[in-house]
Amino acid sequence: MFAYDFMRYAFIAGIFIALICSVMGTFVVARQTSFFTHTLSEIGFSGASFGIFIGISPLAGMLTFTTASALLIGMSGERLGRREASISVFSGLFLGLGILFLSLSDKQANYATSILFGSIVGIDRNDIEVLIALSILLLLTITILFKRLAYNSFDSQGAQYNQRFNKTISIIFLVMLALTISITAQIVGALLIFVLLTIPASATKYFAHRLYQMIVLNFVFILAGVWLGLYFSYLTDWPVSFFITVIEALIYGAAIAKDHLANHQK
Amino acid sequence: MKSILSVHNLDLSIPNRKLFSNLSFEIAQGSLTCITGENGVGKTTLVKHLLQDLANNYTVHTVFNVKRDEVQYVPQLRNIDDEYPLCIKDFVAFGLKKRNFFWNRKPLNEKLEQILTETKLTRIKDQPLGKASGGEKQRAYLAQALCADPKLLILDEATASLDTTNKHELLQMLREVMQQHGLTILFITHDPELIAKYADYELHLEDQTGVLLEKGAKK
Repeated sequence: MFAYDFMRYAFIAGIFIALICSVMGTFVVARQTSFFTHTLSEIGFSGASFGIFIGISPLAGMLTFTTASALLIGMSGERLGRREASISVFSGLFLGLGILFLSLSDKQANYATSILFGSIVGIDRNDIEVLIALSILLLLTITILFKRLAYNSFDSQGAQYNQRFNKTISIIFLVMLALTISITAQIVGALLIFVLLTIPASATKYFAHRLYQMIVLNFVFILAGVWLGLYFSYLTDWPVSFFITVIEALIYGAAIAKDHLANHQK
Repeated sequence: MKSILSVHNLDLSIPNRKLFSNLSFEIAQGSLTCITGENGVGKTTLVKHLLQDLANNYTVHTVFNVKRDEVQYVPQLRNIDDEYPLCIKDFVAFGLKKRNFFWNRKPLNEKLEQILTETKLTRIKDQPLGKASGGEKQRAYLAQALCADPKLLILDEATASLDTTNKHELLQMLREVMQQHGLTILFITHDPELIAKYADYELHLEDQTGVLLEKGAKK
């Protein structure tokens, strides 16, 4: 399996994706912005097809669209991103725009599939270098701002009054989220990114209560999903995203079952 | 009387309604002052407005003898549901002004443990905050604020959802930590029993103005 370059790259990419998503996912779930994350990935799809349409790379288009939306939402207050109606409007609008750009750029339909659902076969050395560079940038930012980001995510009301530069921290977080979504899209695809950002982190809640334990466990859940998903995909030739989604869903199911049992015994 | 905050001739409006006109009062350093008044009179709005003036260094109607960094505000509503996963210790530690690095881990941890002891949270510090009772949650909010070494502590309706025993326990705790940390406390409440027993002053807001009354706890 490791004889193929793209498989080696995909496994390496999995490590970095797990590193970023373990921290970002923990914060996303704490902020209760799972649905906004989903919207942001649809905005990412539309950005990627825009990139193809005007002839820049899909990643560049995705970064532009998601970062711009993150800044917009951040400035106007995160509450907007949580409102149900605005979520529907943005999701629909950007999916529609995505399909428009794709059809204008007269690319084949399989191009859309690979943006929406990812394609590991597509990963080359250049992609992996960009992924690692962006991951390092994100991890550095996380290291520097960790305490502030954690306060801002886990106690938004407390931080609002008692943490200096709190609004700036919120905006930085959303931009980081935009980056995370754009770089993860290459493997799992725009539609399923939110799987890695929200499902494993929701499961860790039932197993760990210290912040660092939650992040470490989340890392394990994500890496297990991505690596096993790649392996099964290699064996069966079925899509990776499918296996990743199923594995993460099983982990979440196990967490719920454990919680249910624990409550039942009391 | 040395004051930590004085307000002179403050006018305050929200869209379509005037809340205060010519409001003036002083808050004595080291006192516990209860802010009272009917629902909608503007207690919380007033406090938030004062915090904003302090943050923007706007001193026309308000003079503060503290910096914004030395004030902790404990809001009335917080997004903590039953499923909130983080343990009490980590939640409280968000209040610490310094970050935990390996060279200062020991003193920071000692400080955290000390505050958890003062707020009687040591026994349950590893439990998720979501599973804590109403009284324990309020003590965790208080502990988080204390971690920031405030000089002025403002609590907004902290006893609103507590039963009588827990109310008294929280207020007794506030009087104790006030002494130990040299705090001035502003406490927004409706509860006449608590005001009579624990407050030094009551700032009663009514008819767009306020009166400062001396209360029982004042010697």
